[in-house]
Amino acid sequence: MRTIRVIKPGPLTTVQDLGRWGFQDRGVPVSGAVDQYALRLGNLIVGNREGEAGLEITLGGWEAEFVQEVSFALTGAESAARLNEEEVGFWRRIAASKGDRLFIDHSRTGARIYLALAGGIAVPPVMGSKSTYLRGGFGGYQGRALRKGDSLDCGPAREAGLPEIPLGLRPAYSDHPTLRVVLGPQDEEIADQGLSTFRAAPYVLTPQMDRMGCRLEGPRITHRRGPDIISDGTSFGSIQIPGNGQPIILLADRQTTGGYVKIAAVIAVDWPLIAQALPGRTIRFEAVGLAEAQKSYFQRESALARFLKS
Amino acid sequence: MEYELPKIFPCGDQALSIEFGDSIDPKINRKVLQLFDRLRARPFQGITDLIPSYRALLIQYDPRILSTEDLKTFLRGQWPGLGQAISPQGKIITIPVHYGGSFGPDLVEVAETHGMTPAEVIALHSAVTYRVYMIGFTPGFPFLGGLDPRLHTPRKKSPREKVPAGSVGIADQQTGIYSLDSPGGWQLIGRTPVKLFDLSREEPLLLGAGDRVLFQPITEKEFENY
Repeated sequence: MRTIRVIKPGPLTTVQDLGRWGFQDRGVPVSGAVDQYALRLGNLIVGNREGEAGLEITLGGWEAEFVQEVSFALTGAESAARLNEEEVGFWRRIAASKGDRLFIDHSRTGARIYLALAGGIAVPPVMGSKSTYLRGGFGGYQGRALRKGDSLDCGPAREAGLPEIPLGLRPAYSDHPTLRVVLGPQDEEIADQGLSTFRAAPYVLTPQMDRMGCRLEGPRITHRRGPDIISDGTSFGSIQIPGNGQPIILLADRQTTGGYVKIAAVIAVDWPLIAQALPGRTIRFEAVGLAEAQKSYFQRESALARFLKS
Repeated sequence: MEYELPKIFPCGDQALSIEFGDSIDPKINRKVLQLFDRLRARPFQGITDLIPSYRALLIQYDPRILSTEDLKTFLRGQWPGLGQAISPQGKIITIPVHYGGSFGPDLVEVAETHGMTPAEVIALHSAVTYRVYMIGFTPGFPFLGGLDPRLHTPRKKSPREKVPAGSVGIADQQTGIYSLDSPGGWQLIGRTPVKLFDLSREEPLLLGAGDRVLFQPITEKEFENY
């Protein structure tokens, strides 16, 4: 049923869930929320399945009217937000009545805000997912970003959800994050000097960032032989080093295969940090072992599971 | 060069890259596709996706469900059987192409580069049954191997901002077909009316790795009436 009507869509708002899986062998990107953990938490607050579709609101600047009453939650980059005249906070369940207006200011803390609605966004799934793939023009809301006047339906609300997500379970975003990475698969193609540079130097996020990836600027990372590899598969957080020696971190709409050397990949538990980084921010890389990376991931997921049980 | 034993590299903490060699070679690609087929056929709890490519298979997995050690142990058990069996043959698809004119704006230049006539380029290009090494770049875009060495042509110096879907191109030793309108740097020699990616079809994606493609020259009129 018609639930929310867009008045100001902001620079880029799309319907996203946790992605389109099972078709990467056919060149279909995963897409989905860039900050998956934030979307999952939003869904849990409003009583949805973790993987239900919500709105990814890039940089804020959002205004919408609730056409029906519904519970909602804001997660991701904390920004000034109001329901009518009243300030509303992030990471908690809020009840909207018919006719209420939600305003989200331009975000200064991070790149992406998630709006989860009880019942999820009702759009037809394409190849098993409600995520929008902009390049291909399919999925989500008519395969495109939201515009003024668009109306979205929600499904039936499932469960009551949670009043809020405690501080300890929220992602530990950082203005100038250090991203933990696992080296490989082609770290051996990087010159020793290049590896030292990568592990020590600060890099700045350039304005050339979108849902496909973000480009960083900083000391040049040199190759042993050259930047080209025989194209192979990519993952979220894969870090490519093209000919100019400037890192590219691949994100949700990345191409499924790539022909540049991949020096390392950001570990899963740090994906929220890169999902929220803003242009101009400084990023550093820290190489960690596979076991340590997975342990951090297990710890986060166990803590979340324990909280949900209690 | 084919590796004696496949190499396993981490790709972050939730994926492994299995490399079978370091060149574009049907024998190497057959092993990639065999492992891909085996993993797909077996319902493996914890594997979230698979990306086969020329010489490697990327396995994405959730380490909470499937530990890295268990996955590696399973994979090592697969090595002895790979490459020996006759791999399942993919389907052969005939792709009608109108070569040249506005559909193939680079055909004349490619011909001149190789000291041939456009007709000779068309004859050589459409004589081969190509192997689909992998699908990538955009949904449904096939990377085809087997291009006659006499047609190997480097990419364009400046990529085009928009290459129409269906365009058939050449880049070095590869030939391929653009599946969506997109920027592109390949030498465009023709266009097919066939949609490689079509959401209105029950099977939206026409080609998969391991399939084979034959190009069939058609006239402009046949293209319009397709």
